[in-house]
Amino acid sequence: MKIQSLDPRISRSDIPEEKEYVNKTELDQFQTWEVFHQKTRGTHHVHVGCVHAPNYEAAVLFAKEQYARRMKCVNLWVVKTADIFVTSYDDADMFEPATDKSYREAFGYKNKELIQKFKSELAHE
Amino acid sequence: MYGSLSIIEIDNEGRQLHEEDPVRLQEFEARIADGDKIEPRDWMPYLYRRQLIRMIEQHAHSEIIGALPEGTWITRAPGFRRKLALMAKVQDEVGHAQLLYSAAETLGKSREAMIDDLISGKSKYSNVFNYPAVTWADTAVIAWLIDAGAIVNQTINSKGSYGPYCRALERICYEESFHLKYGHDSVVHLATGTPVQRKMLQEAFNRWWKPIMHFHGPPDTVSQHTEVLVRWKVKMATNDEMRQQFLDMYVPKIRELNIEIPDPNLRKNAETGQWEFTDPDWDEFKRVINGDGPCNKERLAVRRMAENQGRWVREALKQYSGQYVTPLA
Repeated sequence: MKIQSLDPRISRSDIPEEKEYVNKTELDQFQTWEVFHQKTRGTHHVHVGCVHAPNYEAAVLFAKEQYARRMKCVNLWVVKTADIFVTSYDDADMFEPATDKSYREAFGYKNKELIQKFKSELAHE
Repeated sequence: MYGSLSIIEIDNEGRQLHEEDPVRLQEFEARIADGDKIEPRDWMPYLYRRQLIRMIEQHAHSEIIGALPEGTWITRAPGFRRKLALMAKVQDEVGHAQLLYSAAETLGKSREAMIDDLISGKSKYSNVFNYPAVTWADTAVIAWLIDAGAIVNQTINSKGSYGPYCRALERICYEESFHLKYGHDSVVHLATGTPVQRKMLQEAFNRWWKPIMHFHGPPDTVSQHTEVLVRWKVKMATNDEMRQQFLDMYVPKIRELNIEIPDPNLRKNAETGQWEFTDPDWDEFKRVINGDGPCNKERLAVRRMAENQGRWVREALKQYSGQYVTPLA
């Protein structure tokens, strides 16, 4: 029994109704690559997602189709996902300062208050 | 957990919700209540992971299968510009499937397993695509109102808790805006055209109204897990809420074109502010989604053929190794 459809192309493709299908083996869909795109010159490359591809050339081709087909883009980078070194959210406290580091922030300096104090002392003399 | 991981370590595989670590669960729920996103390598209850995989995977399958009833009319589109637009739309849908498969993969299910599950019938996809696009007008109605239903769903869920899914949905919403405009334009063109065009459109409408009413899924009273999925911001609105929003937005636009909606009971209750309508036969929905629809076999057969026919290319790309030897003669 062949599949019949309102679409003549499907009817003449002679697709058997019985399922002839072998489950996929590992890496049938290749490895993943992370894609970074640069919207316009002068901006950072930004991560936009991944593609599955067998090699760099195919990865760039698929990345162009996937991430630059509709959105403006001037440049693409692709990197193997396996080559990316990641930190854990569980270790997020490694980004917190261990001590008071206000000496390296603008708010850590009280110039205005010192000047006010100085002026008010002058005024009292 | 320094270093790149090829496999996610899921240590709570198969756990029921009441078996989960209560401290972890509480932190997780607090983060979500705060409006924070959950990212792929965060701890999450097994139920959250499983439900998200199911939801995102089915969304991805729907995009791919949804390309089939529309793609069938590319070769028979009424004009070059319509042909180009429909091709672009179908390209977008397949692209959306790729984005969604990638988002589902971040949760630990392989692309290979997802494709296998689609073809075996184990994973479902949006039921509306189990019906045929009988005429050109059917594709116009699909492009307008099914995409509209999807956009209601996608816009709401793009504010959900799972980072990768939200980011995928934002991109999809951006690309989808032309689909809606194109679909509406096609319908308006037919609705304001010749008597033959109006008749074709009305008949398409009559065929598609029930699937459109089924689109957002079974009523909340029947839908499982709704409460915990809403609390975890997996679903940002219930099926019924989304259906109501869709009707609010689109019934006026349909009536504006003098299209008759084939449900005499459809009306907005002035007191409750809720749309009332004839119950859209959830038994049929159940039958069709479980395999007994007009096009189920065809959709999966075409998908199967595509995978089978492409296999030699994938094998060649994977295993290519050669040894150069100067030609002998």
